[in-house]
Amino acid sequence: MPPPETDGPPAARHVLEFPGGYTRTTGPVIGRFLTELRAGRLVGVRTAEGRVLMPPLEYDPATGDAVSDEYVEVGPAGTVTAAAWVPQPLPGHPLDRPFAWALIRLDGADTALVHAVDAGNPKALRPGSRVWPVWRQDRTGHITDIAHFAPEVTRIVSPVAPEYRIQAGGALRVFLEGVRRGVFLGGRCATCAKVYVPYRASCPECGSAIDERVELPDTGTITTFAINNLPDPRAPEVPFVSAYILLDGADIPMIALVGGVPAHEVRQGMRVRAEWLPEDERTLSMANVRWFTPTGEPDAEL
Amino acid sequence: MGHRCAVIGVGQTHYTTKRRDVSIAGLVREAALRALEDAGLTFRDIDAVVIGKAPDLFEGVMMPEAYLADALGAAGKPMMRVHTAGSVGGSTALVGASLIQGGVHDRVLVVAFEKQSESNATWALSTHLPFNASLVVGAGGYFAPHIREYMRRTGAPGHIGTLVAVKDRRNALRNPYAHLRIPAIDRAMVESTPMLWEPIRYLETCPSSDGACAMVLSSETALAGGGTPAWIHGAAMRSEPIFRAGRDTVNPQAGKDCAADVYRQAGITDPRRQIDVAEVYVPFSWYEPMWLENLGFAAEGEGWKLTESGATALDGDIPWNPSGGVLSSNPIGASGLIRFAEAALQVRGTAGEHQVDGARLALGHAYGGGAQFFAMWIVGREKP
Repeated sequence: MPPPETDGPPAARHVLEFPGGYTRTTGPVIGRFLTELRAGRLVGVRTAEGRVLMPPLEYDPATGDAVSDEYVEVGPAGTVTAAAWVPQPLPGHPLDRPFAWALIRLDGADTALVHAVDAGNPKALRPGSRVWPVWRQDRTGHITDIAHFAPEVTRIVSPVAPEYRIQAGGALRVFLEGVRRGVFLGGRCATCAKVYVPYRASCPECGSAIDERVELPDTGTITTFAINNLPDPRAPEVPFVSAYILLDGADIPMIALVGGVPAHEVRQGMRVRAEWLPEDERTLSMANVRWFTPTGEPDAEL
Repeated sequence: MGHRCAVIGVGQTHYTTKRRDVSIAGLVREAALRALEDAGLTFRDIDAVVIGKAPDLFEGVMMPEAYLADALGAAGKPMMRVHTAGSVGGSTALVGASLIQGGVHDRVLVVAFEKQSESNATWALSTHLPFNASLVVGAGGYFAPHIREYMRRTGAPGHIGTLVAVKDRRNALRNPYAHLRIPAIDRAMVESTPMLWEPIRYLETCPSSDGACAMVLSSETALAGGGTPAWIHGAAMRSEPIFRAGRDTVNPQAGKDCAADVYRQAGITDPRRQIDVAEVYVPFSWYEPMWLENLGFAAEGEGWKLTESGATALDGDIPWNPSGGVLSSNPIGASGLIRFAEAALQVRGTAGEHQVDGARLALGHAYGGGAQFFAMWIVGREKP
C-alpha cells in the first residue's frame, strides 16, 4: 500500500501476519478440551486438590502441580460472575450486535470461563444470571465452537389475535342511519317513559320492548367530563375532553369528545351542539360527529 | 344464610411490578400453599376450588380454571371460575363461601390473581369496538367524570383525594406484602405528580401489580389449624346495568343495596360505630369519600369530611384500608379477594404491623365494571 500523503512524517499501515497462521500444539489437556468442544461437550479437568478447572489448564495455577487426568463434564448452563457490556462491537468480536463479555462459572466447575453473552441489553445480565451455550453447527475444535452464550428462556411472546365479524345490531343500525342523516335517534320506553339514546330495542330498566322512536336535537348539556392527558388515536390532541352529554329531551347521557374550546374552559352544565362532518364524508358511524362544541348559551342547572 | 362458614387460612404473594420468576401457575400456587400452610392443611383436604381473575383480555388467558387446575390441586374436584370484572376477587370469596353455607362442601380453596406485567390493563379496557366512539381510555378515563361530579355535588375541597393517597401509602409501609412503598410520601409529593385523567393525579391512582391471594374457607365441623377463625356474619353481591336512565354513577344503588343486605345479615345498624375496620376497594383516592357515603359510614355529601377528620386513618375511629389498599397493591383480579382476606386477618388478630387493636368485626368490599358489580362480606371474631 503506498504511503498516504500527509504533511507530517511519512506513515504506512503494516500487517504482520504469518502466512496461514501460527500453529499451536495443544498438548493433552487443552487438546481434550477442544476435542470435547467439537463433539458438543463441555469438560473441565480435576486438579490434584480436587477442584475442577474450566477451561482446563495443564498446570494448576494455585499450586503449580500438573492436573490429574480426570475430565469432568460440566454445564451446559452456567452462572455469570461478572460482565462487561460492549455497546459497539468491533470487527473480530464474536457478535455483530451489542453484547456482554462475561465470566461464566459452568455448573460443576470451580473456575470461570470468559465468553460472549447475547443478552439483548445490559440490564438483562448481572452477577448470578443463568446462561446457556449456543453451539455453532459446524464445529472444528475451537473456543468459538460455542458461538456465544445466551440467557435462560424465561419469557415467551404469545401472539393471540381472535378475529370477529362485528355486525351492528338492528337497533344500532337504526341509530347509525340517523347519524348519517345528521340526527340522533332515541327511543321512549312506553312503561317508564324514559328516552334512551342511542336508540335501543329494549329498556334496561324494565325490560319492555321500545317501539317509539324519538328524534332528538343535536344540542345538550355537559353533565360531567374528564380531561384526558393520555393520548388516544381517536382524539385530535392531548389533553382532550371526554364528556357525558345529556342531549335535550334524553334521559341518559352519551360519552363524546368536546372540541372547539380549551380543555380547562369546559364546565359541568356547559351547553354544547354536535359539530357534524360534511354530508359527503359521513359513514354509518359515530365518527360523523366530529365533536360537541359550546353553543355560547348560559350554563344549564344540574 | 345457611351453615356457618369461616376463614381458616390466608395466603398472599408479595405484590410487585413484575414477577418474572414464576408462571401464572407458579404464582397462584404460591398463594394457595401459603393459605393451606396457614390452615395446617394440604390440597388433599380441599373439597373444591373457586378461582377469579380479571377479564380475559388482561393476560389473554380465557380458561384459567382449566389451565390452573393442576397448580391448585383440583384434579378430580369441582373447580370453577368467577367473573365479575374488578369485583371478581370479592365475588370469588362469596361463591366459595356459598358452597359451604349451602352445605355442599366442608372446605373450599378460593384463589384470585393477576399478572399485569404480562399485558396492559388500559389496553384491555379500551378495545375500540367498531361503530362505537366511546372515548373512554382505561379505568381512570371511566371514573374521572364521576369523581368530578362527586366533587361538584359535595363541594369537597380538592385536597381530599390527596389525603387518601398519602394515608393508604403510609399504611402500606406497615404491610410486608404491599407493592408501592414510598417512605417519603406526603401531600406535596402527590400534588406534584401530573394529572392523568383530570381530576385524577398519577399518585391518586393504583399501581399495576403482579400477585395472587388465596383463602381456605371451612364449615364449622371441619375447622383446622390452630388459629382463630374469621366467621362470616354477612355476605352479599349486587349488580346493576351500566346504562340506565337515572342511574346514579356517583352513589350507585347496587352498592347501597348490597351494603344494606350485608349489614342486615350481620345485625349492623350503624356501620361507623359497629364495624371496627374496613378494607374497601379504593383504586382512585376519591373513592374513599364516595364509598364512605355509599356504604353508610357517612351521610350523603359528608364522606369527605370523615376522610378529612382523620377518622379513616389507622389511628382513627374507623380505619379504612390499613393494609394500604388497592392504592398500594393492585393485581386487579386479586384486589377484591385481598380486601376480603385483609378483613379476615384483622378479626383473626394476625394483621401484623397494620393490625387494628381489638378488631372484632370487619368489612371486606369490592366493586367492578363501571361501578356496577358489588361484593361485600362482614367477618367477625365471634361465631355469628
